Amino acid sequence: MRRHLHKGGAICILLAGIATLPLVANAEVSRGQILASTCFACHGTDGKSPGTIPAIAGYPPEVLERQLKGFRDGSRAATVMDRHAKGYTDEEIKLLSEYLGTLK
Amino acid sequence: MTQISRRNFIKTVGAGGALGLFGLAGCGSDNGGSAARAKVVIIGGGPGGATCAKYLKRFDSDIEVTLVEPNASYTTCFGSNWVLGGLANMDDIVQGYDALKTTYGVTIVQDSVTEIDPAARKVTLTNGDTLPYDRLVVSPGIDFRWETVEGLDASTASAIPHAWKAGEQTRILRRQLEAMDDGGVFVMCAPGNPFRCPPGPYERAGMVAHYLKQHKPRSKVLILDAKDGFSKQGLFQAGWKELYGDMIEWVPGSQGGMVDRVDVNTRTAYSDGGLNEFKADVLNFIPRQKAGAIAHVAGLTNDDGWCPVDQQTFESTIHPGIHVIGDASVAGAMPKSGHSANSQGKIAAAAIVLGLQERPMITPSHVNTCYSLVGPDYGISVAAVYHYDEGGIKGVAGAGGVSPADAGPQFRQQEADYARGWYASITQDIWR
Repeated sequence: MRRHLHKGGAICILLAGIATLPLVANAEVSRGQILASTCFACHGTDGKSPGTIPAIAGYPPEVLERQLKGFRDGSRAATVMDRHAKGYTDEEIKLLSEYLGTLK
Repeated sequence: MTQISRRNFIKTVGAGGALGLFGLAGCGSDNGGSAARAKVVIIGGGPGGATCAKYLKRFDSDIEVTLVEPNASYTTCFGSNWVLGGLANMDDIVQGYDALKTTYGVTIVQDSVTEIDPAARKVTLTNGDTLPYDRLVVSPGIDFRWETVEGLDASTASAIPHAWKAGEQTRILRRQLEAMDDGGVFVMCAPGNPFRCPPGPYERAGMVAHYLKQHKPRSKVLILDAKDGFSKQGLFQAGWKELYGDMIEWVPGSQGGMVDRVDVNTRTAYSDGGLNEFKADVLNFIPRQKAGAIAHVAGLTNDDGWCPVDQQTFESTIHPGIHVIGDASVAGAMPKSGHSANSQGKIAAAAIVLGLQERPMITPSHVNTCYSLVGPDYGISVAAVYHYDEGGIKGVAGAGGVSPADAGPQFRQQEADYARGWYASITQDIWR
């Protein structure tokens, strides 16, 4: 997770008291993150499901990628994931799997 | 993510001595530089607004996020049919704002916005206070077009409930069902498109039938529909037949289902200019809908009563600087659902954060999954994946669709389990 500091290389330096400084943010919003965020409604925020739907946080990316492709081509049984997986390209599956793999 | 940011901040300060580094909006933005943090105000603490608040903070904890919501808690419409069926209690579908406040640092203001000033970029609350914003998110949900039915208005909703905003309305309808005699007729009038939760009326029919089958088995469920077809129709009708026999009857709009007048005192619905008359013991009228009131006050709506937006960023095409999400927005192929609102809340948050960073928007991707219970152990679903393409949100060809028609009981049971799992997950993803 890389931190984004400043736009356009400009740096604002404040000499005011540290105590009043806000938290400095943050990671760049990435395409993998955006794609993976759509999983969270059913699988819980950051893939940590609180209920009956399987958790997906921290899966090894290559395993997740293989499973999603299995849902997509029908070789892996599913109730709804086959219908979802058909909506993603190889590249999108790779990006979101890589992002989910970073979550603990 | 907040914690990571804190650590990073400490490292930054540690390395830079007494010099603090201001990120993003603090530098040369149009908010004057003194407060130096971008301000985002969100109107509405439902699935759209609450998700957007949480994800703004997750994407950039430096942004000041203020959520304005009149109620201390939110009762979800999703799950409210389960309360009517006796599968859940009201307490099970109430969500609070504590986690948004304490875990994510969102400021919660329990009040209503009476006015939006898009030019001065501020909103006014009922107490007269104003809140300035750099970006405003409007997630007001729906309001009802009472003028489209004769005999009903907001004041009659305690006698003829809509129960299409959950809470007291859900309680009223449940009490009426409990008070109904065995052999009575429950009549539900389903609205024309577009409306909140397309499968909702039909899930409700099954849940009411489940309750009646157990407690008042001679009763009937009659659906008078303004439409000639509905979401997951084949699956619902097959499920009704299997679980409830002939208890549920559906009347399409072209065959007398389009109710245009109601007599509140006799609980009678009339269609086709009085040609057809339906006497109910419990009458549940779900009116036609439009965007929530503040969207109209602020001039964010089109002639149809909904809010047109840039479907990539959800920024209003009428007032720049204001994003409209959830049921109130015109969101291409996406249905008006809690799941859609959740997805849109994330994309609007990303659009705002990237915009403040002067970065290009990432092409958004959305998902919608609507689970419905036909019975306690009988779940069905419709799913779709959406991409932004050529100016609009479109369903990805070949993806999505409904549960298989020929699935066995184990599949239906599993989808019923996932329906409950979906509720647990999405409410966590929105409010916690």
